[in-house]
Amino acid sequence: MESFSVYIIPVVICIIIVFGLVKRVPLFDTFIAGAKEGFQSSVSILPSLVGLIMAVTMLSASGALELFTDLVAPVADFLGFPAQVLPLALLRPISGSGSTAVLTEIFQNYGADGFIGRVASVMMGSTETTFYAIAVYFGSVGIKKTRHAIPAALMADTTGYIMSVLAVNLFFR
Amino acid sequence: MLNVIWAVMILISFVCAVFTGRMPQLSEAVMTGAGNAVELVIGTLGMMCAWTGFMKIADAGGLTAVLCKVFHPLLKHLFPDYQAGSSALKAISMNMAANFLGLGNAATPLGIAAMKEMQKENPHPSVANNSMVMFVVINTASIQLIPTFMGALRAQYGAQFPFDILPAVWLASIVSLIVGIIVAKLLQGRKKEHRLR
Repeated sequence: MESFSVYIIPVVICIIIVFGLVKRVPLFDTFIAGAKEGFQSSVSILPSLVGLIMAVTMLSASGALELFTDLVAPVADFLGFPAQVLPLALLRPISGSGSTAVLTEIFQNYGADGFIGRVASVMMGSTETTFYAIAVYFGSVGIKKTRHAIPAALMADTTGYIMSVLAVNLFFR
Repeated sequence: MLNVIWAVMILISFVCAVFTGRMPQLSEAVMTGAGNAVELVIGTLGMMCAWTGFMKIADAGGLTAVLCKVFHPLLKHLFPDYQAGSSALKAISMNMAANFLGLGNAATPLGIAAMKEMQKENPHPSVANNSMVMFVVINTASIQLIPTFMGALRAQYGAQFPFDILPAVWLASIVSLIVGIIVAKLLQGRKKEHRLR
C-alpha cells in the first residue's frame, strides 16, 4: 500500500505545476498568494482550537473519556466498532475544531499509525462538519424547513463511520 | 449548540476528577491543552500554506473550470430540475469542483451562490425543495481528493506515511456519498410542490 500512496502527493503536485506552466500562470507569485490564504485561515482557527483542545484534554485528564469508552465498549465491541473513536463520531458532525481536538487526543493516546489512529483518521477525512454546512447553506437563503436533509446527511455520516472501520481492515490487515 | 457542549465538557471533567482523584492532572491539563493547540497550529501551518499555495496555482490554471466541465454532465442527473448549462447547475458544478480540490474558502461562497440560484425558482421560499436538499446533503459528505489538514495532523503526530490512508478515505467517502444521495432520493417523496419540473 505504501508504495502507491507515497506517489499520490508528489504526482498531484507535479500535475498542478505542469498544468500551471502550460497555462502560463505566474507560478511562484500565485503560490505565495495561496499560501497567504492558508496562513490566514490556519491562524484564524487558533482561538477555537485553544478552547476545544483545552476542554478535550481536561476530559481526558479527568478520566471522563476513559469512563465513557469503558461504558460504551460492550455495545461498540458487539458492533465491531472501536469504542475509543466514538467521541470523535459524536463531535464530528457538530464541530470541526472540536473533532480536531478529539482526533489529536486519539493520536496522543493510541498513535497515528495504530488501528484506532487510522480508523479515526479515515473518519475525519471522509466526513464533513454536517450541521455547519446545513446551517450555512439553508441559512443563506432563509430556508426554515430543511425536510429530509438532516436524516439523509446523518445516514451518510453513519455510513462513513462504518466504512472507516471496514476500509482500514481492508487496506491494512 | 457548541456553547453548551463546551461548558458540559469542562464541568464533567471537574466532577469526574473529584471522584477519580485526578485533580492535579486536570489542573495541569488546562495549561498543556491550551499550549497544545498553539503547537498544533504551528506544526501544521507549513503544510497548510504549501497546499493552499499549490491549489491556488491549480485554480489559476483553470483546473477548477476543467473539473466543473467533468462534473456538469454527472450533476444533471442528480438535479433534474435544472437543464445543462443553466446558471444554477453551473454554480453547483463550481462548488463541487472547489470542494473536490479542497478549496474551502472558495467552495462556501460558490455554494451560497448555488443556493441563491435555486431559491429564485423555489415555489415555497421557506421550504427546501428536492434540489436544495440534494445539494446540501452532497456538501455534508466529504468529496475532497486530498484531506490536507488531516494529513498534516497525522504528520505532526508521527505517522510514518501520513497519506497512506488515502485509499481508505476515498473508499469511505464514496460509499457514504452514494448512501447520502440514495437516502435523499428515497426520502424526497413524490409531492409535486417540491420539484420544478
